[in-house]
Order: sequence, then structure tokens, then C-alpha cells
Amino acid sequence: MAAVILSARGLVRHFGGLRAVDGVDLDLHRGESHALIGPNGAGKTTLVSLLSGRVPVQSGTITLDGVDITRLPAHARVARGVAYTFQITSIYARLSVFDNVALAVQRHPGDLRSGTMAALARVGLDDRAGQEAGTLSYGHQRLLEIAMGLALRPKVLILDEPTQGLANAEIDTFKALVRGLVPDTTVLLIEHNMDVVMDLAHRITVLNFGQVLAQGTPEQIRANPAVQAAYLGD
Amino acid sequence: MISGPYLLLALMEGTVMAAVLALTAVGLSLVFGVMRVVNVAHGEFFMLGAVLAWFVAQAVPGPAWAAFVVALLVAPLIVAALAALADWAVLKRLGYEPEATIVATIGLSYILQQGALSFFGPDARPIEAPFTWRIQFPWFGYSGYKVAVVVAAVVILLAVWLFMNRSRAGLVMRATQIDRDTARAFGINVDRVYALVFAMGAGLAGLAAVLLVPIQQAHYLMGHDPLLLSFIVVIIGGLGSVRGTLIAALVIGLSDGVISFFWSPTLAKILATLFVALVLVFRPQGLFGERA
Amino acid sequence: MRRDLALHLAVIAGLAVLSVLLPPYHHTNTARIMLLAVYAMGYNIAFGYTGLLSLGHALFFGAGMYATGLLMELGDWPAAVALPMGLLAGGAAAVAVGLLALRTAGVSFMIVTLMFAQAGYLLVMYFTAYTRGEEGFNLARAARAIGPLDLSSDGTRYAVALVLFAVALLGQLALVRSRFGRVMVAMRENEERSRMLGYDPFRVKLIALGVSGLYSGAAGAAYGVMFGYVGASFVATQFSILPLLWVLLGGAGTTLGPLLGAVLMFYLIDIASGYTTAHLAVIGVALLVLVLFAPRGLLGVVRERLVRWLP
Repeated sequence: MAAVILSARGLVRHFGGLRAVDGVDLDLHRGESHALIGPNGAGKTTLVSLLSGRVPVQSGTITLDGVDITRLPAHARVARGVAYTFQITSIYARLSVFDNVALAVQRHPGDLRSGTMAALARVGLDDRAGQEAGTLSYGHQRLLEIAMGLALRPKVLILDEPTQGLANAEIDTFKALVRGLVPDTTVLLIEHNMDVVMDLAHRITVLNFGQVLAQGTPEQIRANPAVQAAYLGD
Repeated sequence: MISGPYLLLALMEGTVMAAVLALTAVGLSLVFGVMRVVNVAHGEFFMLGAVLAWFVAQAVPGPAWAAFVVALLVAPLIVAALAALADWAVLKRLGYEPEATIVATIGLSYILQQGALSFFGPDARPIEAPFTWRIQFPWFGYSGYKVAVVVAAVVILLAVWLFMNRSRAGLVMRATQIDRDTARAFGINVDRVYALVFAMGAGLAGLAAVLLVPIQQAHYLMGHDPLLLSFIVVIIGGLGSVRGTLIAALVIGLSDGVISFFWSPTLAKILATLFVALVLVFRPQGLFGERA
Repeated sequence: MRRDLALHLAVIAGLAVLSVLLPPYHHTNTARIMLLAVYAMGYNIAFGYTGLLSLGHALFFGAGMYATGLLMELGDWPAAVALPMGLLAGGAAAVAVGLLALRTAGVSFMIVTLMFAQAGYLLVMYFTAYTRGEEGFNLARAARAIGPLDLSSDGTRYAVALVLFAVALLGQLALVRSRFGRVMVAMRENEERSRMLGYDPFRVKLIALGVSGLYSGAAGAAYGVMFGYVGASFVATQFSILPLLWVLLGGAGTTLGPLLGAVLMFYLIDIASGYTTAHLAVIGVALLVLVLFAPRGLLGVVRERLVRWLP
């Protein structure tokens, strides 16, 4: 059994009558790449919002490396190594590409300029460092977002629909990037693109109506009748 | 020692205060509620109502009551027209962006203040009350006009309530308040609604001021206290909640009347401003508003 | 040497040269403006760089002015000791206000700061016995000296104001070029994103407001001592609006904007008062025109169109 880095037990979050997350247990193994899938409205984004601290939990606990972080505010979790990249691109549109990434890089000591340029080079944006971020193409903005997440050098990187709206070539770049991250970084990925999921994920958790429907390797999930029913409709 | 008649007098003065304050604050509340605009120039619209009333009363010959009635009709209308102009020329162009509109209404308030200073002068000037009879209590006589102010305020507030809840225009305003974009999609001319609401808000302040001038004189700096008190009332009542605004106006008007009767008005104001700041920090929905 | 540093040193050198060239009237005005520019820089750190639109900075300026003034007047403290107390009073007032006001944002933040400053003004009025209320009080000429430096004499006053201005200007440049400066701007641009990069918004904004308060307090304390007068008009609402106006005019979020805005507005009112007494209207119209037509201010436009590297 691999070591667990991030663990959630009995997470609950209701919005009015909507049970967005309804008693979810989840273990992320150190160094794995873990995909979170499920139909629209299954509670995926709410679940990662609970993990990253953007939304407070109603009950349940979250531990990072065995330390309870359930009550920590979002920024403190980031400081401890849980990074989150936004589903809807959230960059500093009026700042330069360099400044966007520098804000993440400067969380750690070291030379800022070389560190930032290296982080930009990883996603291939180093030749655009001086450009205003808002003028980048959509695909490049997604990559910038990911570069910011990477530059935090997190223990756990949560990617919320990272390939949404990317062209095929860009998706390939992205996949290579994530493969290069593990096993140093643990990746939790919300993804609709099944090719990406089957390609990257060591394990998959399927959510439906705020609850865990199935959990396992890609092969196990592919063979799971309940998952097929939820996805194909019955 | 607080004697009974003395307290009664304080309460009556407080009621008059509360009535004028309720009118003024409802204007501010309406503008914030529908447009989400914090109108810092609201106090100057109040002042303008009083100053214009003085000019109108000067211009109208005949008995005092006739001059007053004309002023009561004309002054608030001019104030409302000016407000509509300001909405069209400034606020609309800013897209009602909250922070920019505050800065703009601050600018507007300086311009209005200067206008009053230049044309009306630095002196305080009175208007004669429309009638002078007094109500005789066993302990003291009380101005009948002040009682009439309270009655008038209640009637006007009822009219506003009816307008907002029973008329088509009121329905359109409330629809715009709930969702500007949907209202626009349903063919509501949002620009016109906003101009009308801003004019109405300012007009109510002007109206309140005209009612007050026979009691207090008109002065170019008189807008400051009504602005502060209206802010206090609107914030404590819950931003945008008319019901909360009325309750708060009554509470604040009465307590201000009573407190500044017996204690230093400066100290009362210090406590009130700090209280408002704390309400905004810890209970932003107001004391009487519902949680968003 | 980097070109932005060179530019700032040139501005300081230019002001030093002006000290010799200016006729007495403008000489005194420039000394005044340099202190007001320090206040405006403080405002700029909060509003221009961190995005905190405060309507209550007169409280911090006033805290500095009254702390120093009252210590000298009632406590007979020497100016050299009372001045740093003014600086600290400004910072302390800003942190105290910030601890509460920064729980709100946007419009609520504006109103809360306005209310706190109003309470401060009323406090000055309430304690008229000590502050002499609206009328204010003058500081004795003899007391207005730091050791051998007589702050009431024109030449010395200009020199000391210039030193304070230079320290403030270079400090502001260093701050906005620092890592923390970048985080301040990040808070202004996208608070939620900054939180998810691990920065605590409350802490960042509180520090920025505190620094802003130190600037304001220093400016207030120095202004009181150098011009020998402490009065309630410096705590009134209008004195909270003025730095906003200066910064908007010069360019919010530019290091030299506060100076430029303070100079232009000072002389706009000065020249206008030759033709009209309507200086309130000048302020009002300037605010409207800026908000409507030039929200970036002069140097903001210059940076956008011509000189991209302007800090």
C-alpha cells in the first residue's frame, strides 16, 4: 500500500437542498496521478474546492501528510503545499506573463528571474515573458495558469479541467508536462477528456450525485458496470 | 433630573426628526436598492431642496402659506430634475461602477455646495411656516407645524410605498432592482428607470428639506448631518431594505432627539459613526435586514 | 544604474535646484507640496498599488499631526522626539482601522473608512479643551527646531521637507519594486487568485495600509511642525478626498503620480482663486472630469502610450 499524502474522510457540503458533496472519502497516494471524473453536476469542482479550502466543509476531515488541515484557510493550505489551478482561467490579465509566474516563484527563496524563466520555459512561454497576460491566446492562458501552479512546487497539484478548450497539440504538451511531474508531485485532475484520463491517471475516482460511485485503476473503472450505467445513461 | 414633560418634549422633537430623516433616508435607500449606487451627494440634494425653497418663497407674492405650498411643489421637482441630469451626464457614463460612482458623487457634492455658496451665500436664511397655530399642552405649547410635518412625512412615505408596490412604474423599478440584465431583456428601459429612481431619491431628500426649512433655516452646509444620519439609518436598516430603513429612521431619529437633548451632540455623533462602522464590519446586512 | 532609479534621483535633484531658483512665494509652496506629496504617496500605496479605496486617510494624517502637535504643545516634548511619534501614530491608526475595515471590501470599505475618519474629526471637536477644535492652535516658533535646524526658517524648512520627500519617494520605489510590492499589486488585480498562490489577503492589505499610515502620519507631523499650525481642517472629510484627487490626477499606481497630482492641483486651486473663490467647485469638477475621462491619470496614460518602464 502506497503512502497517503492527502486524505479526506466523510466530506459533506450542501448548498441549500443540493447535496453537492455528500460523504466523500478520498485518498491520494504520494506520487500518483489521480483523476476525478463524473457527469456534470456530480460535485467534482465542489470536492476540490473543499480540498483546496476555497469552500469551507460542513463536516468531515482533511489531512495532509497526516496533519489535519480541515480548518485552515485556503492560502495557508497553499503555503503547505496544496495548489489549485482554476477551471475558468484566473490570471492577472493586466500584469506581464513574467509577473504572473514570478508571484508563484517568489513563494520560495532563490533567484527570482532565473526561477521564473525556468518555470515559463517548462510550458514553452519563456519567449512571451514581457507580454501582458491578458493578450495571450486562450490556450496560452491555460498553460500560464498551469505554470503558476507548477511554480508553487506543491506537494499536491489540483488541476480543474486543465485541457478544456485546448487544441490537440496543446493537449499533448500538457500530458507530457504532467507525466514529468509525477512522482515528485501528486496530481489530482478533474477531466472530461477520457483519452487524457486513461492516458495519465494511475487511479480514478468516479463521483455521482455527490458520492463516490467507484474507485480503481483505469482498467477497473472501464470494466465497472455502475460507471458505464452512469455515463451511458439508463 | 429628567421630568415627564421634558421627556415628552424630547420625544416629540425626536419624532419630527425621525419623520424628516425617514423621508431623506428612504430616498438614499431607494437609490442604493435599485441602482446599487451609494450617493454621497444625497445630503447636498437635501440642502438644495431647502435653498431652492427659500428662493421660491422669495419669488412668490402673497401669504406665507401660498409661498410655502409653491416651494413644496417646485423645489423638490427642480432637485429631481438636476439629479436626473447628473445621472445622465455622469453616472450612466460610468456604467454605475460602484467605486467610480462614489468618487463622482463626491465631486458632485462639492459642485452643489459651491453652487449654493455662490448663489445663496454663506448665511442661514429662514422661511416662514405656512401656519403658526400651536397645540397647547398642560406644560408647554407645541408648534402645530411640526405635527403637520410628521403627518406629511407619513402620507408621503405611504405614497412612495403605494407607488413602489401598486403601480406599474414601481413594478418595473423592483424588477430592475432584482436583475438589471433580465429586466433589460424584457424590454425595460433600464436607463430611464435609473434616471427616474435617482431623481426620485433626490426629490425625496429635497422634499424632506422643504418641510424642515420653516423649523431650521436653509444654509449651504446643512446637507452634512442629513447625509451622515441617512447613511447611519440606511446601513443599520440594511442596505436597500426600505422596511429596515423606516424602522431604523424611527429608532435613530428618536434616540438622536433624546440623546442630544440630554448629552453632548458631538459625543452622540461619535458613538453613532463608530456604531455604523462596526455594523458594516460585523453585520453587513444591517440590524433589521435579512441575511443575503 | 537602472533608469527608473535615475529618473527618481533626477526629480529629487531638480527639486534641490529649484530651492535656489524659486522666488519666496513659490519656494514656500513647493515645501508645502513636497509634504503633501508624501501624504499622497502614502495614499497611493494603499489605493494605487493595493487597490484599497479609502475615504478616511485624513485620520492618519491627522493622527500624525495631532500626536506631534499635542506632545509639543501640552507635553513640551522637543520636536525631534515628537516627530517620530507622529509617524508611529499614523501607522498605528491605520493598522487599528485596518483590523476592522479590511474585513469589508469595495463600497463597504469606503464607507467604513469614511465613518472612522468622521469619528476622528468629531473626537478633535469633542476634546476642544486640548485641541481648540475648529480654530486649532499654533506651535511656538522656538519649539519648531531639531537641534540646530530651525524648521520655521524658509531655507531649512525646504531642505528638511526635501529630505523627507526623497526618503519617501525612494522608499516607495523600493517598495513597489520589491517582492512584497508585486504581491500588493496582485491583491489589487485579482484577490482570489492571490489567495490561491498562498498569500493571505488580509495580512498583505493590513501591511500595505500600515505603511500607508506611516507615510500619512509622517507627512502630518512634519506639516504641523514646519508650518506651525495644527487644525481640525486637516482631519475633515475634504482632507481625505484630496489625496484621492491628487493620486487620480497624477496617475494611481505610478511612483511619481502623487507628486505630479499634488503640484498640479495645488496650483490649479491657487490660480483659480485669483479669478474665483469657488475652489470647492474646482475640486468637484476635477474629480468628475478625472473619473469620467481619465481614470488612469496623467502618468498612467504616459505609461500606457509612451514609457512602458515607468514604475
